[in-house]
Amino acid sequence: MNIVVPIKFVPDLVEELEIDASGVALDRTYMRLIPSEQDDHALEQALLLKERYGGKVTVVTLDTGDVDEALFTAIAKGADRVVKVLGEGFAEGVNNHAASSVLQAALKDIAYDLILTGTQAVDDLDGSTGPLLAARLGLPFVGYVTGVKQADGGVVARKEYPGGLVAEMEVALPAVLGIQAAENPPRYVVTSLVTEAMKTAKIEEVEAVEADSSGAAQVTRMYLPEPSERAEMIEGNVDHVADALVALLRERGLLA
Amino acid sequence: MSKDVWVVVETLRGEVLEITYTMLAAGRGLADGLGGKLTAVLLGHDAEILASTLGAADSVTYVDHAALADFTPDAYLRTIAGLVKGAAPRVVLLGYSSMGMDLACGIGIELDTPVIASCQTLDVEAGKPRYVSLTCGGKVLAEGELPEPACLVTMVPGGYKPQSGKKEGAPKVTRVAPPTALDDLKVKLKGYIEPEAGDVDITKESILASVGRGIQQRDNLKLAEELAATLGGAVSASRPVVDQGWLPTSRLVGKSGKSVKPRLYLALGISGAPEHAEGMRDAECIVAINTDEKAPIFDFAQYGATVDVLKLLPVLTEKIKQAKGS
Amino acid sequence: MPIEPVLVLVAFLAALSLFCYRVYRRFEHMRLGQPAGPFGHWWQRIKALLVFVFGQRRLFRFRTPGVAHFFIFWGFLLLLPTIAQAIIGGIFPGFVLPFLGTFGPLALVQDLIAVAVAVAVLYGLCLRLIVKPERYRGSHQTEGVVVLVFILTIMVSLLVMNGLQRNRGENPIGPVYWQPVSAFVGGLFAGLSEGTQHTIGQVAYWVHLGVVLTFLTMLPGGKHFHVVTSMFNVFLGDLEPPGKLPPAPEFDGLAGVKNVEQFTWLQMLNWYSCSECGRCQEVCPAYASGLPLSPKLLIMGLRAHLFERGTALRAAGSGETSANPSAQAVLEKRLTGDVITDEVLWACTTCYACDQECPLFIEHIAPIVDMRRYLLTQQRADPMLMSALANLRRYGNSFGQSDRKRAMWTADMTPPIKDIRKEPAHTLWFVGDYASYSPALTAITQATARVFQKAGIDFGLLYDAERNAGNDIRRVGEEGLFELLAMKNKAALNNCEFQEIVTTDPHTYNTLKNEYASNGSSDGSPTVPVLHYTEVLDRAISSGQLPIRRQLGYTVTYHDPCYLGRYNGVYDAPRRVLEAIGCRVVEMPRNRDRSLCCGAGGGRIWMDESGIKERPSENRIREAAALGNAQYFVVACPKDLTMYRDAVKTAGQEDRIEVKDMIELVEEALG
Repeated sequence: MNIVVPIKFVPDLVEELEIDASGVALDRTYMRLIPSEQDDHALEQALLLKERYGGKVTVVTLDTGDVDEALFTAIAKGADRVVKVLGEGFAEGVNNHAASSVLQAALKDIAYDLILTGTQAVDDLDGSTGPLLAARLGLPFVGYVTGVKQADGGVVARKEYPGGLVAEMEVALPAVLGIQAAENPPRYVVTSLVTEAMKTAKIEEVEAVEADSSGAAQVTRMYLPEPSERAEMIEGNVDHVADALVALLRERGLLA
Repeated sequence: MSKDVWVVVETLRGEVLEITYTMLAAGRGLADGLGGKLTAVLLGHDAEILASTLGAADSVTYVDHAALADFTPDAYLRTIAGLVKGAAPRVVLLGYSSMGMDLACGIGIELDTPVIASCQTLDVEAGKPRYVSLTCGGKVLAEGELPEPACLVTMVPGGYKPQSGKKEGAPKVTRVAPPTALDDLKVKLKGYIEPEAGDVDITKESILASVGRGIQQRDNLKLAEELAATLGGAVSASRPVVDQGWLPTSRLVGKSGKSVKPRLYLALGISGAPEHAEGMRDAECIVAINTDEKAPIFDFAQYGATVDVLKLLPVLTEKIKQAKGS
Repeated sequence: MPIEPVLVLVAFLAALSLFCYRVYRRFEHMRLGQPAGPFGHWWQRIKALLVFVFGQRRLFRFRTPGVAHFFIFWGFLLLLPTIAQAIIGGIFPGFVLPFLGTFGPLALVQDLIAVAVAVAVLYGLCLRLIVKPERYRGSHQTEGVVVLVFILTIMVSLLVMNGLQRNRGENPIGPVYWQPVSAFVGGLFAGLSEGTQHTIGQVAYWVHLGVVLTFLTMLPGGKHFHVVTSMFNVFLGDLEPPGKLPPAPEFDGLAGVKNVEQFTWLQMLNWYSCSECGRCQEVCPAYASGLPLSPKLLIMGLRAHLFERGTALRAAGSGETSANPSAQAVLEKRLTGDVITDEVLWACTTCYACDQECPLFIEHIAPIVDMRRYLLTQQRADPMLMSALANLRRYGNSFGQSDRKRAMWTADMTPPIKDIRKEPAHTLWFVGDYASYSPALTAITQATARVFQKAGIDFGLLYDAERNAGNDIRRVGEEGLFELLAMKNKAALNNCEFQEIVTTDPHTYNTLKNEYASNGSSDGSPTVPVLHYTEVLDRAISSGQLPIRRQLGYTVTYHDPCYLGRYNGVYDAPRRVLEAIGCRVVEMPRNRDRSLCCGAGGGRIWMDESGIKERPSENRIREAAALGNAQYFVVACPKDLTMYRDAVKTAGQEDRIEVKDMIELVEEALG
């Protein structure tokens, strides 16, 4: 099974997020970009499928910033090819409509049976890359997938619903699946193998076609939530907080 | 340009899901503001009865077909895209959910219609429909105008009380045939797998001590268990704890887990990302303990503190024991 | 005494050749190992030999068994001439060993030591058969008892032989005062007829010879091989500081040891030297907590596996495996997983108690780390650990917090703390992850800053440029990540001006001091002294720079951190500080280099704790509470503080003892 894993780089939520001067976008000056967590899961799932059924895994990403290390890490983990798509203006941020149109063109020369990508990313404002790409490629899409196995003529995907219910969907290939969580947590590959990959592996570079970003809505204002909408904070040390909580619980009749 | 608002109804095994009512509440306000009609779009097989709960809408468009009996992405996408193409409503609301997300973008590309995701509230200002969406794990809000002449919006829970979208009464139900052929489907439902039966049904508990990443070690669960036991409640968890295998999925609160509405929800070391929040934000009283004062959980909680949860738990348990004893 | 010289010769040659063959086989297996060395420093090595082998220094750490072994060891050496005499005298009747066979004072020593050995052996048998200490669990008990009986037999038979020889007037040692014991024993038989005495003498001789030769052939096969190998093992031991882990070799581009032949021959010599005494097991905190790791069983397992695999490889090399399915089965055994389980390898806290305790200088930690390196390349580790490593790689700390938040604890400090990246300072304070990021420790870190300021120390921080120093990253086996972080730290250090480095974390201290060595290039490797904050406090107090206004008058007990005490020998400076501030220090039974590890080291603080029956930290708190009069349990390491504060609660000892960091007491004493 040949698999393509598109990876999107998103702001690291561990860092403080700031709005830039325009007021409609995040300030990218000090922003740390990391691969979207669910894309990491998608890569893990792809590698698991490769281990089970054979085939090649190709990782593709847009050059939106410091992406090389993550690509070499993917090679160290077991990916066969890593492709970086270069384009003007990518560093300022790309919406998913634009990204999916670029990916659609980049995938023309890559043979694949299955595309796995994270079912969503933290900064998706115009839909998610997976279903957009599937629609552009004319392929079926199933999201919220937590397990994949090969079956006659395709795959069976486990799709999560609320309440812990899971549906098994038979999907004809080629298809795009949105991964919610891989069957195992994303593997940790030792640094020496990443360093090794940096020395021996090559990142393929392709030029992006004109991106089609139509389909994304305009943001007229981006802002951080007001503090006044937040909880009443109890100050003090552990003892003080505990006392305050006991009083609160008693007041509400929860200590009966 | 149309002024009509459509809501794509989400059902699962014969029940209408809560998100539908949130969308109906939003849609009602939007349709009224624009001066248009609110239509609920229901797909299924022998499922017309479900239309009776969709009273908040002005009418229900119902498509009946065997291939639509259960949700599958291909069949539903073709059907809804076909309906939308035919009627060209102003706004189509879908859930930011396992079902909605399989549909929205596909419809958007096919019909060349923009998509706005993760929307929390919609309103109309000076005759123009506007949206407010959540992004970056709930830490950032984005707002703007809904594009013209039409757009798709996926909605997250929390902006509206589902109650306000529930109205009894029989809206006019129009049965239509599937607009496109439903043969040669690329995705078929093989079957459902029931969630593992847990020892505890957290949806029935009135007090939940819920643990997240901040609990750090599996061994620390017992601190939460003691607190829960002292209060007469149970322990639930956010995704990272369940993913580690420290608690079964029956204890998961959130988008992929259960929605709970206890009298008291203690969020212990939980950051409060939207996927979790949508499962507990309707609890009567939410107390959040997290050392990160900027954690989104404090947006949903009534009370909060930034002390170390591992230090607080034993002290709190002890004080509650004393308070109950006296 | 008519003895068949030919029989003796045959027996001796048979035993000797069997012995040589068995030694050769093991030597052949050692040749499978990787190169070791370079060695050098010969005088230092000779000194080690004198102190630790001939002086038996480490044996006395377990006093009575140590005394017993001292006599058995010296008895063996001093009685060697008598064995030579017995064998050669048996082949060439009438032969007397020149000088050594006739020297009166030596004979006296031999007589007395034979008794001492017999007493020691009886003590040993009492230990093995009656007391049955826990540390022997897993050792080859039968072999132990058999050899003790052998030694006793050799002693008794020797004295009987000597005595009977004296009775016949054939003993080359004349005066009774040179052989009082032999004479006494001879006297016991004096009443018997000449014929009877002759028979007894024959029996004594053959028993003596038989046991000696049997023992000789047994030697290479079991724990008594240490008799031969221990001297070489101690002589060739690693002279680097204990806190410096050897470099990590790679095989086929992968770090870590996958197969036993990837260890060095010196490590293999270590295993052949294991006498299964179990002292390492006795002091191991992991073993005490109920985890499956026993350093002794680890070494024994490696030894046994080396032998079986060496034998199987030999069979495979000569094409015999097809006819030898058991050899094939051995070759398919995985070193990690089958011989030594993953669980055993991850249980180690790298506290150094085992290496410190071992009288034979066997290294237990290095092979564990070697195997951990391999496990990591195969992703065979606790998911929590791998998550911590992922955080360390991305953010330079295990907390998963932004590197930009590292110095948030300094926010309210007045005066503000110098940024050593921007201006020079005398002392660079390398704070460490826990002290910087753990919310529970912020107060302590701030207190430390205040005390430094009051002491007039000109210090500065690296602020956001600091990264985890990497001590525990090396010890979990992620060598590449250690190098990456060390490189970043060194680059930051390279741009700063300072005369010394101080750190509050002993783990950081250890690696900065011992493992950030310069390779000659100016890459930022520290060439200045690295100090622990207790050493800096000691210096500041004794020079008067830090005036102590209050004498606290508390009775306290001090816990020696592994990486400060055992690894780096800093025991006195912290105690001097406590005394200088008016505290009376009472010692726990396990103090200084016997201090019990809190259980957080070796990356264990990043791992799941399930499987532990009794936490070492709780065990330690109980030990402190049992002193009865210690008000405070004083620590000097942020991980100790974290672990022990928790342990006091979980062990229910809040009313009996409180945990304090040394800096809290010092600040209190400043008035």
